[in-house]
Amino acid sequence: MLIMGVFTLYFLIPIFWLLVSSTKTLGNFNSTFSLWFTPTSLADGVTNITKLFTYNDGIFPRWMFNSIVYAVVAGGLGTILAAMCGYALSKYRFRGREVIFNVVLGGVLVPATALALPLFLIFSQVQLTNTFWSVFLPSIVSPFGVYLSRIYAASSVPDEIIEAARIDGSGEVRTFFTVAVRLMSPALVTVFLFQFVSIWNNFFLPLVILRDQTLFPVTLGLYTWNSQVSEIPDIRTLVIVGALVSIIPLLVAFLSLQRFWRNGLGSGGLK
Amino acid sequence: MSSSTIAVPVRQKEQRPPQRKRRMQPTIVRAILIFVLPFGVLFLAFYLVPIGYAVYESLLVIKREGTFGPPTQVFGGLSQYVLVFQNSDFWSSIGRVLLFGVIQVPVMLALALLFALLLDSPLLKGKKFFRLAFFAPYAVPGVIAAIMWGYLYSPSLSPFRFVTAGVDLLSASTVLWAIANVVTWVYVGYNMLIIYSALLAIPTEIYEAARLDGAGQFRIAWSVKIPLVTPALVLTAVFSIIGTLQLLTEPQVFRQFTSSITSTFTPNLLVYSTSSVPNFSLAAAFSVVLALATFILSFVFLRLTQGKADQ
Repeated sequence: MLIMGVFTLYFLIPIFWLLVSSTKTLGNFNSTFSLWFTPTSLADGVTNITKLFTYNDGIFPRWMFNSIVYAVVAGGLGTILAAMCGYALSKYRFRGREVIFNVVLGGVLVPATALALPLFLIFSQVQLTNTFWSVFLPSIVSPFGVYLSRIYAASSVPDEIIEAARIDGSGEVRTFFTVAVRLMSPALVTVFLFQFVSIWNNFFLPLVILRDQTLFPVTLGLYTWNSQVSEIPDIRTLVIVGALVSIIPLLVAFLSLQRFWRNGLGSGGLK
Repeated sequence: MSSSTIAVPVRQKEQRPPQRKRRMQPTIVRAILIFVLPFGVLFLAFYLVPIGYAVYESLLVIKREGTFGPPTQVFGGLSQYVLVFQNSDFWSSIGRVLLFGVIQVPVMLALALLFALLLDSPLLKGKKFFRLAFFAPYAVPGVIAAIMWGYLYSPSLSPFRFVTAGVDLLSASTVLWAIANVVTWVYVGYNMLIIYSALLAIPTEIYEAARLDGAGQFRIAWSVKIPLVTPALVLTAVFSIIGTLQLLTEPQVFRQFTSSITSTFTPNLLVYSTSSVPNFSLAAAFSVVLALATFILSFVFLRLTQGKADQ
């Protein structure tokens, strides 16, 4: 119990510090006790947030929007494609199945950072660097999602149900979308969350590939702001408030989808 | 009459399976293509082709006609790899992340396992709260976590000035462990949950049997639970090893807070700085060697642990 208490402080104090610091003017941030609010915290916090959302023609909300599009749309699309592929690898016997699965499994061990530089080189060959697509398209691919989907399909979609749907005259693709997806849905939420987090945290690929600020995800945006702190001291407040705002969507996603990922998370390790 | 009734089913039996196969196959083949191709094409385009391209790029060298002639890329065999193996910055960066991994990964996984076991024990109250509190840092992206800790480490701004005023946590000798703390802070809760859900999957009859045999809570944790969650531990260990070798975000952000992180601090920082020279061929060769090292290390680890599990 004592151990848990001590570590609760370890895990939560930095986040609490971020919350407190977001409600301070730069002067107070530098001078007052950093783990508690000041008398003017409420008003200062509102001012900070307004500044954050209006600074530089609202570049910050733009970054948040970009991150959400990259993470939700590419992650959602990626989840569906991974589910389809994993389902096929689990439910059909065909030549090359094991080869495909092993290649995809190898892909799980290839880290995204190792791909950033070659992707940059390839995109520059076709003049696609510094575009929305150069970050969006690679984000769709999730070999880990295929690996998980194959395990989930094997354990949660019985062959008899597919056979029954076949006898009822349902096509294979329709069976997948009407029957299998529903049975796999708790697991697919886990796949989606994994991918959502990895895209939301993605830093190296956008860093290498993007120049245009309006295309940045929020991680890269805050990073560039933080690099300007010595020239523009005021921007430090924006970095702190922006950091706080940027973790809210993930916290919301985790809390609201909790009952799904709690069950799904372990299945990857069981195999 | 009787012979024909026997003959007909026999003939049907012989014909039906191939007939059904012939009738089913086009639709099934089409379905498999519809399922596999979309992912397959993207995987090819954004995984396999880049890997192939990196290997190709790493085999090129830049040649100039005379001193001032325009540079052209020509095939240079393995000459970039010779440079990689002679590059002392590369090997010291590899050494640095290995040292990091040897300490940080076991510490992090030991903590994760301890917390998972505590969450799973009937003695702990407020499980839901602890689970969420410990997992919350995982919602903080690496860049943001590094920025936060950068301020928390700062001698003048930190709430822990009683520590940071005395010791410079971002000095050359300590900064690696300052990064280790950030990584641990973010990932302990995540690993804890993976191990915890493996614990939940253990049937409770096993515990009852152990209890009947007279085993206490500690004994059950040590001899029953830990062996049964080994696959989950292996999984988390492999991902941690991959993450360690690829360390980039945290040190890159910390360069904004301290000068003690050089542009060759980790292998990936070296890849990044080499490619901004720009020397893409050498950077690609670094990447290929790093990816191979990652691959081999996680593969060897999997083999070793699986060998142990089989015994």
